[in-house]
Amino acid sequence: MGNILVYVLHYEGAFNKNSLGAVSEGAKLAGELGVECDAVVVGGADLTNDLCATLGSYGAKKVYKAEGAEGLAQPVIDVMAKVIDDNGHSYALFGGGLLGFEIGAGLAARKQAGVTMEVTGVNVEGGKLVAERPILGDSQISVSKYRGDLGIIIGRINAFEVKETGGGAAEVVDVAVEYSPWSNQATMVQRGEQRGADVNIEDADILVAGGRGLGKAEGFQLCEDLAGAFGGAVAATRAVVDAGWYPYAAQIGQTGKTVAPKLYLAAGISGAIQHKVGMQASENIVAINKDANAPIFEFSDLGIVGDLNKILPKLTEAVKAKKGA
Amino acid sequence: MKICVLVKEVPDAAVEKRIDPSTGRMDRSGEKNLNPYDTHAIEAAMQIKEGGAVPVEEIVAVTMGPESAVRALHKAVSLGADRSVHLTDAALAGSDVAATGYALAKVLESEQPDLVLLGQQSDDGECYTIGAVVADHLKMPSLTQVIKMDVDGGALRCERQAEYGYDTVQVQLPAVISVGDAINEPRYPSLKAIMGAKKKPLDTKASGDVGIDGSLVGADGSRVDCGEFKAPPAKAAGKIIEDEDTNETVEQIVAWLDERKLI
Repeated sequence: MGNILVYVLHYEGAFNKNSLGAVSEGAKLAGELGVECDAVVVGGADLTNDLCATLGSYGAKKVYKAEGAEGLAQPVIDVMAKVIDDNGHSYALFGGGLLGFEIGAGLAARKQAGVTMEVTGVNVEGGKLVAERPILGDSQISVSKYRGDLGIIIGRINAFEVKETGGGAAEVVDVAVEYSPWSNQATMVQRGEQRGADVNIEDADILVAGGRGLGKAEGFQLCEDLAGAFGGAVAATRAVVDAGWYPYAAQIGQTGKTVAPKLYLAAGISGAIQHKVGMQASENIVAINKDANAPIFEFSDLGIVGDLNKILPKLTEAVKAKKGA
Repeated sequence: MKICVLVKEVPDAAVEKRIDPSTGRMDRSGEKNLNPYDTHAIEAAMQIKEGGAVPVEEIVAVTMGPESAVRALHKAVSLGADRSVHLTDAALAGSDVAATGYALAKVLESEQPDLVLLGQQSDDGECYTIGAVVADHLKMPSLTQVIKMDVDGGALRCERQAEYGYDTVQVQLPAVISVGDAINEPRYPSLKAIMGAKKKPLDTKASGDVGIDGSLVGADGSRVDCGEFKAPPAKAAGKIIEDEDTNETVEQIVAWLDERKLI
């Protein structure tokens, strides 16, 4: 049995929270398997040895570090394939997110390995890892077992909790990689552009979130009015942020923010998995949607099937009246 | 330029999806439709063709699946593809995402496209990883979830949202690009296009026709065994209000919020 290798994403000298969660999970599983958990990082000068060594406190023993392009999947596939070839890792683990999916899938192709994505739980059975993945709108859990020398597990974001293990500094190992020609055929022109105003939604106790059901960018006024009445903030889905209706900083979900307010009121949001993963920890979820079959009603505490254009203005008035009373 | 668009037949969103307990696979019977995400990929191909920045000789729709998958190809052709290729073989049934990507890559190798487009995810298995698998086999650069794409000489300038904001990436052709639904608004096929779709060339290919190694596909060739299922932890169903009288609905919402001290 080889070790577990965890990919760790970073940006501007800080590691990604979901990646750190994956290291914690990898360390826990490695302990149960009687192997070690290693990490792999790819990037430039901001990946100092001191920074990489801090992954030891989440349970990583060795950190394989390669110099390469950041924010792109294919160079990381080259690095991970080399590290696995040289060191015989049995599992590759990812915390999720866009790059995790791309790298994990590409690595599966390269190494003829099995891959499972959107994993929410990993268990040890008979000395092997078994991955659990919710499917069909989370109505069932599919259990994946791996054949062959390498199993690839891509977590759902926020599935793996970040835990400091009290471990010391990890050993940093430099890896020299000859990148595949096609890995050099994509180049980052600009990374991490923030579109729209910088708004803070993570500290709000009450969030009113809007989705495509608002119909148009102006529809967000209804959300702003209600959030104003509550003294809360406004959040948005990826679909409307990509459409330019609302700032990226307010986006919930897979490539946006993860929130857990006291009240999350979703207006015109269908409740796709990519959105759900960013808000399902909210204490109270209220959903307004005209489609009675919208998945969001499966995980809301209070669901209203109706026209948000009629309901939101009256709700805003009622909240104002209640607060004034 | 030759563009191949990978398409997939998925259960209609209106049909309840289920796992067939006898096989442990998705029950793919019932109403089927072209994966809605794939219509954005076809539209993206059409916009490159009509944009004029680069001449497009041909748009080819490619799918893998049982006989019924032909309907997805007809739909793809009605939306603008010039012809289609259907990879179908009993030996492919039960392939996992890695095996499916390998098989599709073998079809694409025989087509030699300059650009492979696909939808960022499918409406059933949510396998939004297939583009990365295909790209590694084809040894092409790849990007997923692209929401803006411009032809720039022999390259594409692509934009997408990633973990830290919006990224702009220059990708040399040939390349594999999966597109997000924000990239465009797909057109509706004309009645004439729908009627004509069945007359456009459709090649049916078996595994052997494109050199697929049978030991790498199907349930036995897949490296993930996911024949076991269990129920998720039960969550208490929430309260549902059908809005008939909005004043009354709002009163109920306020009372519910008040009970929980949220106002």
